[in-house]
Amino acid sequence: MRRPLTLTVLLASALVLGPAACGGAPESDSAAGGDKKITVYSGRSESLVKPLLERFSQESGITVEARYGNTAAMAGQLLEEGDRSPADAFFAQDAGALGAVAKQGMFAPLPDDLTGKVPETYRAGSKEWVGVTARSRVLVYNPDLVQEADLPASVFDLTKPEWKGKVGVAPTNASFQAFVTAIRVQHGEEKAKEFLTGLQANEPQIREGNGPILEEVDGGKIAIGLINHYYLGELAKERGTTPDTLKAKLHFFPGGDTGALVNVAGVGVLKKAAEDPDVRAFVTYLLGADAQKYFAEQTYEYPVVDGVAPPAFVPPLDQLTAPDVDLNDLDELEATIALIKESGLVP
Amino acid sequence: MRTRTRRPLLLALSVVTVAVALVPVAYLTVRTAEAGWARIAEEVLTVRTARLAVLTVGLAAVVTAACTVLGVASAFLVVRTDLPGRRLFAVLAALPLAVPTYIAAFAWRSSVDGFEGFWAAALVLTLCSYPYVFLPVAAALVNADPSQQEVSRSLGRSAWRTFTGVTLRQIRPAYAGGALLVALYVLSDFGAVSIVRADTFTRAVFVAFDLGFDRTGALVLSTVLVVLTMLVLAGETVTRRRGARYAHLGGTRRTAARQRLGRARWPAAAALAVLAGLALGVTALSLGLRMLQGVSRPGAWAEVAAAMGNSLWLSLAGAALTMALALPLGLLTAKAPGPVATVLDRLAYVSHALPGVVIGLSLVSFGVTLAYPLYQTTWLLALGYAALFLPLALAAVAGAAAQAPPVLEDVARSLGRGPVAVLRTVTLPLVLPGIGAGAALVFLTCMKELPATLLLRPTGVDTLATELWTHTTVAAYAAAAPYAALLVLLSSVPAWLLTARTGILTAETSR
Repeated sequence: MRRPLTLTVLLASALVLGPAACGGAPESDSAAGGDKKITVYSGRSESLVKPLLERFSQESGITVEARYGNTAAMAGQLLEEGDRSPADAFFAQDAGALGAVAKQGMFAPLPDDLTGKVPETYRAGSKEWVGVTARSRVLVYNPDLVQEADLPASVFDLTKPEWKGKVGVAPTNASFQAFVTAIRVQHGEEKAKEFLTGLQANEPQIREGNGPILEEVDGGKIAIGLINHYYLGELAKERGTTPDTLKAKLHFFPGGDTGALVNVAGVGVLKKAAEDPDVRAFVTYLLGADAQKYFAEQTYEYPVVDGVAPPAFVPPLDQLTAPDVDLNDLDELEATIALIKESGLVP
Repeated sequence: MRTRTRRPLLLALSVVTVAVALVPVAYLTVRTAEAGWARIAEEVLTVRTARLAVLTVGLAAVVTAACTVLGVASAFLVVRTDLPGRRLFAVLAALPLAVPTYIAAFAWRSSVDGFEGFWAAALVLTLCSYPYVFLPVAAALVNADPSQQEVSRSLGRSAWRTFTGVTLRQIRPAYAGGALLVALYVLSDFGAVSIVRADTFTRAVFVAFDLGFDRTGALVLSTVLVVLTMLVLAGETVTRRRGARYAHLGGTRRTAARQRLGRARWPAAAALAVLAGLALGVTALSLGLRMLQGVSRPGAWAEVAAAMGNSLWLSLAGAALTMALALPLGLLTAKAPGPVATVLDRLAYVSHALPGVVIGLSLVSFGVTLAYPLYQTTWLLALGYAALFLPLALAAVAGAAAQAPPVLEDVARSLGRGPVAVLRTVTLPLVLPGIGAGAALVFLTCMKELPATLLLRPTGVDTLATELWTHTTVAAYAAAAPYAALLVLLSSVPAWLLTARTGILTAETSR
């Protein structure tokens, strides 16, 4: 019989390679604090965050146990875990997820010397989370298909007939949803509903995420699309080139238009780790010049701390005319979701 | 009467198995109850839910029908005809099992403009799932007693009428079991439907999570999936007929004479080649292109090797635990059939159609509240895999046990052997190949699983699937491609073992 032998070989090789996976039971150690070890739940991609965490560990001597996952599922995991969560800090992709966890009272307020580093616009009023980097909503366009002069002045123009079938949208994406909440906050329910209904009636090109929209705009398959600014940097990096050599160009809606909403990725500290100096060192590091520079260069986001240069292919943060929307108001999600569902943009 | 003495133990162990399978359902029930009736009504009693239900059931029906036709046809061509290149086609027909639907859908979507919607999802899911029907049917065709067909032909029935009247009846348990797995898989699939934007319940569940972190809404919607699953299971149980069981033990095994295809020989081979090209070629080409176009690279080879080791180890743990849990219940349904066994068996299927993220969260909740020492260890993840994939193992064990005629055990008992000796010398040897097949299938399915793995894995442990996901979320496709290729390559080993087990490859040489 050859089969058992093959199975044995498979089994043996797994046993040899396997021990790497033998994670021990979770350690809820940090209540004591100061043991040079922290656990971070990261809703941000491992390939972006891991190198930074390694640098932090090298410099501080603090070991970081990092758990990576989808931001939304990870927020769900934290809520399930409640008080027994092994996590000390949650590094999330968007303010909405941080807000959902904060709402359950799981975060401890951050000390003023940390929150003070970040402009008020980019942190929780309750100080339960703080923005680490900022990202702007933009309109990406293909100059072969749309002249710069013809670009819409406002995101609300996208419901007009001239854009029928031409707009790429990712309605299941959390950043799209934050944008819709911003419309509600800035202009009211009626306007938001009208916009979504108009957008859906205009036969948008719906995609699963911002990445595919950008690729298709760059490839000339879609004329324009609503995405976040840093995707241009990511695509250029994958192609081994710089953003300015890509076909796709970015258009920042002017004059405080909701279409130019600036949102954040940020971090919150779990209650049990409120006093842990290692966790505080970690948050301090994220807001330090080194980490901020890393984000600007590697993830193409805006630094939120003074004195660090933004990525080269976008105008600096203070020159953007972001809409006057308080990020703390973006946790009113239920009505937004109801509107998006009602519009028929998502199943 | 036979084997009554063994039942209490089997029954007790089977109850444990079912308890594991029901952890997610218990969690859903608790959370849904917490949501309150008003919220449930608001979420479920809507036009949207009705629309999703119709689309989901429709997709499951279309894919199941297509997989049954493709699976039975290709198995018949490979096993029972003089098709050229039969062995190659047998292996090619099993290999799509190694391709995760999210990779296949991504490849199709980036290769074909406007590839989206219901029919796009149906195509990808069919191409990825027809091996679930092909494998058991091929095995059944190899093992089926040819004398019945010979009698039918000698009595003057045509080849076609013999096929529909005799052969199809003989292999009914095989294709019905495979079709059931396909239907439940379609209900649970997230990868393909999200990428090609086909509206189904599972996609709505994931969207609810992503959009506004709406855990309650997602979980309430999931209960509808449980109801749909129960309807599918009930339907399958009602239409199930019990046939007599035949087996060849020892002696020589006879395979039916191959039918001559004549002029249809090459067209048939061409059709199978096209099928393999669609199921495997498109994905391979697209991955290759991505790899050449991008400049991102995976981390050090040590990282790739670690991810591979982790994938193997976690999947092995998952497969081992799943098989250990499946064995008693599989034996019970085969050896002591009856209403109790049927109900237990069906209950073990209920979680199979739930989205991985729901299974993941339910075990997070279970681990945190009831099994904290296990939380974020390999074993809780293995338990999650077991809750998800028990049906794959059960189908294999029950299928193998059902081919062992009970009379053999009765004879052994009547000749004075004790129950343990009978189990060891008669039952296990007969069921062992089934266990191997089930383990291989569970193993490769664990390797492809993503949402539950992300939620339950030990902190800091990366697998091929999680690395693939990590890189694609930041558009680093070239860095992701080696992980995808390794995932498919490693999965093709168990897929190949499964093909070999059907006996197609060896039946060829004995001819």
